[in-house]
Amino acid sequence: MTESVGLPPPGVILILGGLLLPLLRRAAPAVALLLPLLTLGYIWALPGDLSVTLPFMDQQLTVLSWQPATRVFATIFALMAFGGALFAHPITGLASERGKRWRVELPAAFVYAGSAICVTFAGDILTLFMFWELMAVGSTAVVWSAGTEGSARAGMRYALVHLVGGVVLMAGILAHVFALQSQGVPDPLALSHFAFGPAGFDALSCGPGDVAAWLILLGVLVNAAAPPLGAWLADAYPEASESGTVFLSAFTTKTAVYVLMLLFAGTELLIYVGLAMAVYGIVYAILENDMRRILAYSIVNQVGFMVCGIGIGTAMALNGAAAHAFAHIIYKALLLMSAGSVLYMTGKRKCTDLGGLYHSMPITMVCGIVGALAISSFPLTSGFVTKSMINQAAADQHLALAWFVLTAASAGVFLHAGIKFPWFVFFQKDSGLRPPDPPWNMRAAMIFFAALCVLLGVPGVYQPLYAILPFPAPADVELYVPYTGAHVLSQLQLLLFSGLAFFVLLPVLKRTLTITLDSDWFYRTLAPASWKHLLSPLMRAFGEVRDGFIGGLPDDLKRLVYSPPAEESWFREWGLGGAMITITGILFVYLVLGFVP
Amino acid sequence: MKLEDPATIRMLWVVSLVVLAVLVAADAAVEHHPHFGVDGGFAFHAWYGFAVCAGMVLVSKFVVGLLLKRRDTYYDD
Repeated sequence: MTESVGLPPPGVILILGGLLLPLLRRAAPAVALLLPLLTLGYIWALPGDLSVTLPFMDQQLTVLSWQPATRVFATIFALMAFGGALFAHPITGLASERGKRWRVELPAAFVYAGSAICVTFAGDILTLFMFWELMAVGSTAVVWSAGTEGSARAGMRYALVHLVGGVVLMAGILAHVFALQSQGVPDPLALSHFAFGPAGFDALSCGPGDVAAWLILLGVLVNAAAPPLGAWLADAYPEASESGTVFLSAFTTKTAVYVLMLLFAGTELLIYVGLAMAVYGIVYAILENDMRRILAYSIVNQVGFMVCGIGIGTAMALNGAAAHAFAHIIYKALLLMSAGSVLYMTGKRKCTDLGGLYHSMPITMVCGIVGALAISSFPLTSGFVTKSMINQAAADQHLALAWFVLTAASAGVFLHAGIKFPWFVFFQKDSGLRPPDPPWNMRAAMIFFAALCVLLGVPGVYQPLYAILPFPAPADVELYVPYTGAHVLSQLQLLLFSGLAFFVLLPVLKRTLTITLDSDWFYRTLAPASWKHLLSPLMRAFGEVRDGFIGGLPDDLKRLVYSPPAEESWFREWGLGGAMITITGILFVYLVLGFVP
Repeated sequence: MKLEDPATIRMLWVVSLVVLAVLVAADAAVEHHPHFGVDGGFAFHAWYGFAVCAGMVLVSKFVVGLLLKRRDTYYDD
C-alpha cells in the first residue's frame, strides 16, 4: 500500500472550490463546470492502493483510502456534480433572480457532492461521520436556497431529521469505539471494526451487545430514506429549486447505500427493509399528484432494490446494488431535469395542471421518456443491465419472497414512473400550455444524461461499468450476461403488460388535488397538536396544582423551591432549587427502578 | 398527427395489443430457466406484471388512499 501524507481526498476540490466560487464573480459559472471534471480526473489519476492519513488529536485519520465500492460511487458522484452544474448554469446572468440563487445553491451543492465523495474515500469511521454530517449541512442549504416559504419550512424539517439521524449514528459509533477501547483493540476507528454485516450481524437475532450496530444501522437508514424514517425525502426534495432537486436526488440516499454496503453487507434485515421501500415507493407514487414528488417516491422505490441487494450480500447482489446506484443517479437526475425543465418553463408542478406538453417541449419530452425507460429497466437502457443483477442474485439464493416482490416492484416502477410521469406531464389532456424547451444548458444536461442512459444499456458499452464494480470478474469470465433471449422477453412482457394495466385502470388513476399522509405527519401534525391540546393544558393544570401545593408550604421552604413570577410577567419560572428537587426525585425513582429485578 | 385525435388513439390501442399478443406468443420460442417453478410457466411475466400492477393500483387507491389521502392544502391549513 502506498502511504502518503499531504494529498487531499478528491472531494475536497469540490468543497473548497465550491466555497471559493462566490469570490470569482464572472468566472464562477465556467469554473463551476470545470471543478467536477477536475475532481473526476483526480479520482482516476490516484493510484488504486494509495492511503493518506492525517493526525487528529491522538488518532490518525485515514482521509483517503480505496474501499471495494469507492471507485464506482466516487465516479458517479463527480459525474453527477458536472451534470447538475451544467443544468443549474446561470444562463440568465449572475444578477438575475436565477443567478442570485445560483450563487448560494451551487456552492452548497458542491459542498454536498464533495462531502459525498469524501465519504466514499473515508478509511475510518470518524472521517466518514464528519463528511456525512457535512453532507447534511450542504444539502439543507441546497433546499433553503430555493428561497420560498415552503423550502424554508421543509429545509428546517429536513435538517432536524438529519441531525437526529446523525446523533443516533454518532451514539452508535461512540458506543462501539468505547467497547473496542475497553477490549484494548488497537486503532478502534478503523472501518474494518465496523463491518457488522460481514461479521455476522443480521439484526434479526441480535443480542444486547449489538446496540451499537443497531444505532449505526438506524442512523444510516434515516439517510437511506427507509420507511418509516424516510418521509423527509418526499417532503424536502420537491421544495428545492428545479436544479436543487436534481442535486439532492443523487447523494444522500446513495451515500447511505455505499455505507450500508461497507458496514452491513449480508444483513438479512435489509432484504425486508429493501422490499418494504420498493413497495412503499410505488404505492405513494401512484397516489401522488405533484410530478416531482412522484419522482421523489420513486427514489425510495429504487433505493429499495439496492438495500435489498445489500441484504442478500452475495458478490452478484453487491455488484448489482453498486451498478444500480450508478445507473440510478443518472436516470433519476435526468427525470428530475425533465420535470425541473417543465417547472422552470411553466411554473407548474401538479399533474392536474399539466398535460399536452409534447406539442412544444419535444426535447424535454424525449429525454424524460428515456429516463422513464431507464428507470423501468427497458432493454437497451442502463437499468436493464444493472437492476437485473439484484433480481438474479435473489433467484440464485432461492429467496422466493425477495424475487417475487422485486419482480412485482420492477413492474410497478414502469407503472408509477415509467408511464405515469411522462403520461400526465407530456400527454393526457391538453392543458393548453405551449412553453418552449428550456435554455441550452438545461437541454445539454438532459441530452448528456439521456445519452449515458442509452449507452450504458448497449451491449459492449456497459462492460467498463462492470469493470469498476466492487467484485470484478476474473479475466476471461463475464461478470453477468443481461442480454439473453429469455431475459429480454420476460422483461418486455413484465413491462408492457404493466403498461396495459395502467391504461386499463386509467379512470382509477385520474389525478386529484390530494396528498397522502406519511410518517412526517407525526412531527408535522401530531406533535404540535399534542402540545396544543394535551401537554399545554396539562402543564397549566399542573402549574395550578403546584401553586396550590407551594402555597401551603412554610415561607422559608417556599422561597427555596419557588421563585414567584414578577408582577405582570408573561411567564412563570421555576427556581433552581425546584428544578434540582425535581431532578433528584426523578433520579431517585430511576435508582429504585434499577434495583427492581 | 395529434395524439388527442380519437382515430390516433384507436390505432395506438390496436398496435399495442398486437405487440402484446406477439410477446405472449414469443414465449413458446424461448427456453426459460425457472428458479421457483411458477416463474417458468407460459407467459408468466405477462400475467404476473398485469396482475401485480392492477393489484397495486387498486390497493393504493381503495385501501391506502381511502385511509391516508387528504386535500393538498392539508399542511397549509
